[in-house]
Amino acid sequence: MEALIGLLVGAPLLGAAVLLCGGRRLDRTGHWLGTALAAASFVIGLILFIDMLGREAEQRAMHQHLFSWIPVADFRADVAFQLDQLSMTFVLLITGVGTLIHLYSVGYMEHDERRRRFFGYLNLFLAAMLLLVLADNYLLLYFGWEGVGLASYLLIGFWQHKTSAATASKKAFLVNRVGDIGLAIAVMLMFTTFGTFTFGPVLESTGAAGEGKLTAIGLMLLLAACGKSAQVPLQSWLGDAMEGPTPVSALIHAATMVTAGIYLVVRSGAIFNASPDAQLVVVTVGAVTLLYGAIVGCAKDDIKKALAGSTMSQIGYMMLAAGLGPIGYAFAIMHLVTHGFFKAGLFLGAGSVMHGMNDDVDMRKYGGLRKYMPVTFVTFGLGYLAIIGFPGLSGFFSKDMIIEAAFAKGGAQGWILGSCALLGAAITAYYMTRVMILTFFGPERWSKEGPDARHPHESPKSMTIPMIVLAVGSVGAGFVFDLNESFVHWLEPVTALEHGHPPMSAMTITAGTVVALLIGVGTAWAQYGRRPVPVQAPRGSLLTRAARRDLLQDDFNHVVLVKPGEYLTRGLVYLDHKVVDGFVNGTAASFGGLSGRMRRVQNGFVRSYAVSMFGGAVLLLAATLLMRAV
Amino acid sequence: MSFPLLTVTAAVPAVGAIATAAVPAARRTAAKWLALAASLLTLVLAAVVLVRFDPGGDRYQLTESHAWISDFGVRYELGVDGIGAVLMALTALLIPFVILAGWHDPDAAEERAASDRRWRPTQGFFALILAVEAMVIISFLATDVFLFYIFFEAMLIPLYFLIGGFGDRAHSQGEEEGSRQRSYAAVKFLLYNLAGGLIMLAAVIGLYAVTADQLGEGTFSLQAIADARAAGELDMATNTERLLFLGFFFAFAIKAPLWPLHTWLPNAMGESTAPVAVLITAVVDKVGTFAMLRFCLGLFPGASEWATPVVIVLALVSIIYGALLAVGQRDIKRLIAYASISHFGFIVLGVFAMTSQGHSGATLYMVNHGISTAVLMLVAGFLISRRGSRLIADYGGVQKVAPVLAGTFLVGGLATLSLPGLAPFVSEFLVLVGTFSRYPAAGVVATVAIVLAALYVLVLYQRTMTGEVKDSVKHMPDLRPRELAVVTPLIALLILLGVFPKPLTEIVNPAVEHTLSDVEKHDPAPDVEAAK
Repeated sequence: MEALIGLLVGAPLLGAAVLLCGGRRLDRTGHWLGTALAAASFVIGLILFIDMLGREAEQRAMHQHLFSWIPVADFRADVAFQLDQLSMTFVLLITGVGTLIHLYSVGYMEHDERRRRFFGYLNLFLAAMLLLVLADNYLLLYFGWEGVGLASYLLIGFWQHKTSAATASKKAFLVNRVGDIGLAIAVMLMFTTFGTFTFGPVLESTGAAGEGKLTAIGLMLLLAACGKSAQVPLQSWLGDAMEGPTPVSALIHAATMVTAGIYLVVRSGAIFNASPDAQLVVVTVGAVTLLYGAIVGCAKDDIKKALAGSTMSQIGYMMLAAGLGPIGYAFAIMHLVTHGFFKAGLFLGAGSVMHGMNDDVDMRKYGGLRKYMPVTFVTFGLGYLAIIGFPGLSGFFSKDMIIEAAFAKGGAQGWILGSCALLGAAITAYYMTRVMILTFFGPERWSKEGPDARHPHESPKSMTIPMIVLAVGSVGAGFVFDLNESFVHWLEPVTALEHGHPPMSAMTITAGTVVALLIGVGTAWAQYGRRPVPVQAPRGSLLTRAARRDLLQDDFNHVVLVKPGEYLTRGLVYLDHKVVDGFVNGTAASFGGLSGRMRRVQNGFVRSYAVSMFGGAVLLLAATLLMRAV
Repeated sequence: MSFPLLTVTAAVPAVGAIATAAVPAARRTAAKWLALAASLLTLVLAAVVLVRFDPGGDRYQLTESHAWISDFGVRYELGVDGIGAVLMALTALLIPFVILAGWHDPDAAEERAASDRRWRPTQGFFALILAVEAMVIISFLATDVFLFYIFFEAMLIPLYFLIGGFGDRAHSQGEEEGSRQRSYAAVKFLLYNLAGGLIMLAAVIGLYAVTADQLGEGTFSLQAIADARAAGELDMATNTERLLFLGFFFAFAIKAPLWPLHTWLPNAMGESTAPVAVLITAVVDKVGTFAMLRFCLGLFPGASEWATPVVIVLALVSIIYGALLAVGQRDIKRLIAYASISHFGFIVLGVFAMTSQGHSGATLYMVNHGISTAVLMLVAGFLISRRGSRLIADYGGVQKVAPVLAGTFLVGGLATLSLPGLAPFVSEFLVLVGTFSRYPAAGVVATVAIVLAALYVLVLYQRTMTGEVKDSVKHMPDLRPRELAVVTPLIALLILLGVFPKPLTEIVNPAVEHTLSDVEKHDPAPDVEAAK
């Protein structure tokens, strides 16, 4: 059975290699090959899952050692896999949602002449993401981590002829690399602290290491997680990443890759458990980001960017939960999975709307689309209910648990975090209701004739079927997971489990969540449902304007990093030419009194100069030998 | 007497160079094929050396030793250790691709020389490349300091002519200005390296004086010096050792090149043709870093330790400074040159970290940087030859018209920014971890290059390859079969050595243990002995 683990990665990797090197011969069939290999990986995942369920909870982890990767003295990095319950959860999410999105892309990218390459990149992403969650050591995880970064770079910039897409992809890669510094330093710290960076030995020996070292490792891991999961302060790339084709936004920038940071923190739980300081930073990042993303999501008129803000915010919830320690890990992952369903579904729905609206993304030019796209409307609507936490749907269970756990943190911290999470729930309900109303309800605001005329229509089956499947998941997953706490117990051997004790009853918190939800929905309805929506965005309040500009993050980066950086490099180029070069040349020249000769050199007496230098060398040699002889 | 395999390996390109130079003017194509054949035969011989080399065996193997200038104790001594073996293999591997990529490089010079039939640029170009190869190989194999010194210096001559005599066909400031800048670059290259060589020569003579003084008979043999030191017969005075170290180090730091002695490299790489630029940065400069590892650490362990703090700071400055300057370049080839300066900083950092990971990482870095820079620079050369400009601003949207060219350029770029899965990641991470385990602060500073490298590579890619297709590149053809034959094997090698570098580490690791025992250093132990 263990031998199958490698095939999980191998199948999509093969697809990527064949599709990217295969040439035009594969243009007509390549997309089906890519989809089939994604599906193959999913089937292998299912087989392994069934096998895993057949064993005792403590005996479920599987290992496969392939070969020694980088062996130098005590530094041993292996290509070896570890498949436990946490990895299994990710494998099923990645390959399951991945296969659906491959299928969706067959229709979505039908008219793109580079479709084969698109599927090659998607396969490459799957392989790298699976490597990330299956690695049994941090260096191999780093391999997958940068691999998904590459796939993300290639896919955001898939339409490279658009300058905006090329810029966005570069930005995503660069911001992620800032985070990667954290992961690199964390691995080095582990090596000097534990002499290894394999999960098992590191996580089992945290007790023997000093808390300062563990805090440093934890903070470095968090830096990496912030980059990959678009958490404050490394969040600025995710909004721009929406330049990529919508299936990419759904798979990579909503359901899977951006949650890798959560995987990293939960996987490294033993390190964070031993360092309350690092945990405090994690929950702070989570709480700040969940509000930040939600506020940004409220102000965007671009449907994908509104959803991107929402993704940031929802991952903020997961980060918050992961920072709470054993009372939160399982809920972080549970929310991650349910979010994978509903957010992928919402993005595919958005893609379907764009498909029918000539790729227009401005929600102010939508309206009343429910008549024209019934399937999209229903599936998107179910995703909407799930994300706002409508009782009984998946988001309700997972988000409610996180809010409860936040309060259970105890003391002032518990109250602050819990209140942030509750406030976030209200804002979530507000911005999602806004998206829903602007898109599917109210008067039709698009132009019906002229060059910009829109002819909204439902998307083909290959696109609607994945949307339906994801909608079913959005509705049912939470309930299934919550049944007898099945999901929490499934993960228990990996994440451990403690029950938190919030300062009030669970019923009170649930009631609070529902009230927050109603306030959010009500406000949005009052603002967008009852009043007509102007096609041109009004100027808006100061906060709205700031939120439209992502709360000035790019302006901040521009002033603090980009501009000074430009001046620095320009200054150095000048310095290198005028000062360093001049100084060294000048020193050399003055040493030999050669400045006159230098001028001759530049006049073209090159060879004579070279000869004279050689002559000098010979003379010096002779003189020194003579001195010795004397 | 056994078969002198090492001598033959170095002699084949030397003989090839003479034969190529002797081909009559009218038979230019024959000269090219002859040169290619000689370089391929060298590659075969290098492969035989690698196979015959036993990583678990003696430090130096396949040794040859003959008296040469007995008055001064100079011997013709060759031997190969794991570090020299992989670098010799790198040299032998890259030269055929350099020749193939430079197939049409002498054409411009041929046109200029059309009136003067005595001067045969094509024959000269390929003969000079082979001559450099022969000398570089000898440098990696020489175990006699004087023998090394002679070839270390002598390779300047063919390189000087390669830089000054052959440039890109089109120069943005016109043919005359191009010619002027070429000779400026060639002279600057020569002056810098000669200056280093002169100072090294003084140190070489000093070494002779010290050994003659203490051992009764002067020697340049690494083995003899090591044996004498082990037996306690040779004990240099601290100041003498430091002065000699500085003399050697200065020459190698110019060749490598280390900040602030780096400014000749951007000129030399910018003005020469792309294959010659590869020859300089991927092959010849490696002699400098290799020599630091072999001669500075091996001959002067005490002084090396004394100099370590300063050298590490210089290496860090090189890493960051080179990367920042690469970001600020407008010329594709100069950008790659500054990126190389940053990478040489990493190699020096690894050498002076004096840990197993640092040394193995530095050695692999020399190999991997050679391959990755070859890919990036050669594809850049193909690009430049199509448009006739080195300026980044003259390109845009190339991926739309020449997707394979753009794709291979991107792979070269990703290797340059050390993406995991490609060979340079392995060496860069080893250097980082090897440095961090002894000097944490230095390790952390060096990681900043992770971001800066991504910046200069991706900005270069974005400005040249993406966006609207510029009119000037509209009809640019994609890679031709000859060009694909150059790039494809190198890319395959980058992937292979990125995923499975073990064949190399197995050869290098035992040699690194010898070097570490020379300097009497042990790897720092971890805080906690984790349950393995």
